Amino acid sequence: MKNKTKAYITGISVLFSAIMALNVYADDYPLKQVSEGIYYHQGAQEDADQHNKGEIANTGFIMGDKCIAVVDSGGSYLEGKALLGAIREKSDLPICYVINTHAHPDHFLGNAAFKDTGATFIGNAKMPAAIEARKSFYETRFQEILGKYFKGTEFIEPTLLVSVDKPITIDLGDRELVLNSYPTSHTDNDLTVLDKKTKTLWAGDLLFVKRIPALDGSINGWLATIKKLEAMKLNAVIPGHGPAQYKDWHQAFDAEEHYFLTIREQIRAIINDMGTITEATDSVGLSEKGKWLLFDDYNKRNVTAAFTELEWE
Amino acid sequence: MKNLFNIIAISGLMFSFMMPSITRADDQPEEQWETLKEIYFENKTILEDADDWLVIEAPKRAEDAAIVPVHFYSKRPQTDSSYIKSLQIFIDNNPMPYSANFHLSPTLESVDISTRMRIDQYTYIRAVAEMNDGSLHMVKRFVKASGGCSAPAGKDQAAAMARLGKMQIRYRDGGSDEANPVQIVISHPNNSGLQMDLKTRGYIPAHYVEKMVITLDDKVLMDVDTGISISEDPSIRFVLPKGKAGHGLLKAVVTDNQKQIYTIEKQI
Repeated sequence: MKNKTKAYITGISVLFSAIMALNVYADDYPLKQVSEGIYYHQGAQEDADQHNKGEIANTGFIMGDKCIAVVDSGGSYLEGKALLGAIREKSDLPICYVINTHAHPDHFLGNAAFKDTGATFIGNAKMPAAIEARKSFYETRFQEILGKYFKGTEFIEPTLLVSVDKPITIDLGDRELVLNSYPTSHTDNDLTVLDKKTKTLWAGDLLFVKRIPALDGSINGWLATIKKLEAMKLNAVIPGHGPAQYKDWHQAFDAEEHYFLTIREQIRAIINDMGTITEATDSVGLSEKGKWLLFDDYNKRNVTAAFTELEWE
Repeated sequence: MKNLFNIIAISGLMFSFMMPSITRADDQPEEQWETLKEIYFENKTILEDADDWLVIEAPKRAEDAAIVPVHFYSKRPQTDSSYIKSLQIFIDNNPMPYSANFHLSPTLESVDISTRMRIDQYTYIRAVAEMNDGSLHMVKRFVKASGGCSAPAGKDQAAAMARLGKMQIRYRDGGSDEANPVQIVISHPNNSGLQMDLKTRGYIPAHYVEKMVITLDDKVLMDVDTGISISEDPSIRFVLPKGKAGHGLLKAVVTDNQKQIYTIEKQI
C-alpha cells in the first residue's frame, strides 16, 4: 500500500488512475498524501451525478499519534464508507473527530458512515441551522440526482460547534489542529482546519482550484476571508475542489480573488445604472470564461447571488 | 384576498406531496395545473391565446434556486377601454403554487413588471391575465431546476433578520420622453416557516410579505398579493408612465403576515 501511494504521488496521475481503476480492491478510492500524516481524496471536477456517484468534493483525514480526524466525509453515505475503508487500510487508530468544513451535500453527506466510530462531529456554529433550513430540499434533490448511490445517507449535524473568530484547538496526539469559523463567505457556515505541525491548511470551499468557485454566501465576505487566508504562513493548502496546492498556493487564492473582484466591479456598474439581474448575467465575468471548469454552470448563478447582495451596499 | 396565502398554505403542501418525485423537461406534465385551475378559476374559460402580446421572460434554467429573475410584460397599453385588471402568477411545482397577484389599472399605462422568485424544481411558470371585460388569458414558460448545491433557502439567515424592514426605492430618470424604471425592494426573510428552530425544536413561524401597495401621489399604481414563492428581500420593478404622469410622490406600503407594516416614499 505504501509503495502504491508513493507511485501515486510521483507517477503521471492520468495514466496511473487508469491503471489503478482496474485494481479495485485497493484503489477505487485513492488517497494522496499532502504532508506527513495528511491524506486527501480528490473529488471529480464535475457536478454530482450517478456516474461520479456524488464524489465531487475533496475528502480526507489527518493522523495523530493517538487518533484520526476526518475532514469532510463526502457526498453520500457510500462515499463516507469508501473513505472509512481507505482510512482503515492505512491505520487502525480510532477516529475521534469528523470535521465538516460547511453544510453543502457534497462535503458532509458521508457523515453517517462514521456514526458508529464514536467520533465527535465538528462544524461551524451556524452549520446545524443551515442543515435544518435546507435538509428537505437537498434530500429530494440528491435522491433524484444520485438514485441508488444515495442509499443510507443521513443528515448528521455537528455537535461540537465553532463560533466565528473563536478558534478552537484539538489534539490528535502530538498533533494540534486549529479550527476556525468565518463570517459569511462561501456559505454562512465555513470552517478551516490548520495543522500546526506541517502548516497545512484544509480550506474547504473557501478555495476552489480550477473549478469555478460557487457563491452561496457573501461576495464581500468571501473576498475579506481570502485576504485573511492569504496572510497565513503555509506550506500546503487543500482546497474543497481541485488539487492540493504547495509552495505556489497563493496563486490559487489570487485566481479566485481575481474572479470575484472582476464580477463585483462589473455588477456594481450595472446596479448603479439601474440595470437588471438578467443584464448582469448576460454580460458579467465573460473574460474569466476560459479560466475555469464548469464556468457555464456557475457564473450566472454567482452573478445573481452577488447582485442581490451588492444592491444593499 | 388578504389571507389567501394562509388558507392555501395547507393545500399547497398537499400538492407538494402529490407531486411526482422526478419531473423532466421532456415530459412537462401539467396535472398540477389541472388541479390549480379548478381551485382558482372554477369553470371559467382560460384562453391560451396571448402569446403574441403577453410575455414571461425567465432563464431556461434557475441558476440560483433562491433567486430567479422573472419579467412579465404586455405589448398592449393599459387603456380605459381595455386593460389587465389582475395578473395572477402560478409556479406549478412550488410548495405554494399560487405565487402572486398583481392588481392593475390603466393608471400605470403599461404592464412591465419584474420580480425575483424561488424555483425549487422543474416547473411551469404561468401568468393569467384577467381583463377588464372579465376574460382570462394565459401564457406559460418552463423553467429547469438549478444544479449543484443551490437551495431555495436564504444564504445568510442572520444577516437577513438583521436587515429586516430596510427598504429602497431605486429609480432612473431617463428624462420626460423616456419610460422610467423604478424598483422597490424590502429586506425581509420572506420564509415559509417550514424550517426547524434548533433552540426550541419547534418550527419557525412563517414570516413573509403578503401585500405591497404602490402609489404615486396617492393614486394606486399596483396592489400586489405575494407569498413565499417570492425571493428573500422581495423586489418589484416596473415602468412608470412617461412625462408628467410618471412623476410625483412614490410610496410603497408593505405588510407581512405578522401584520408588521413597512413604508418608504420618495419624490420622483
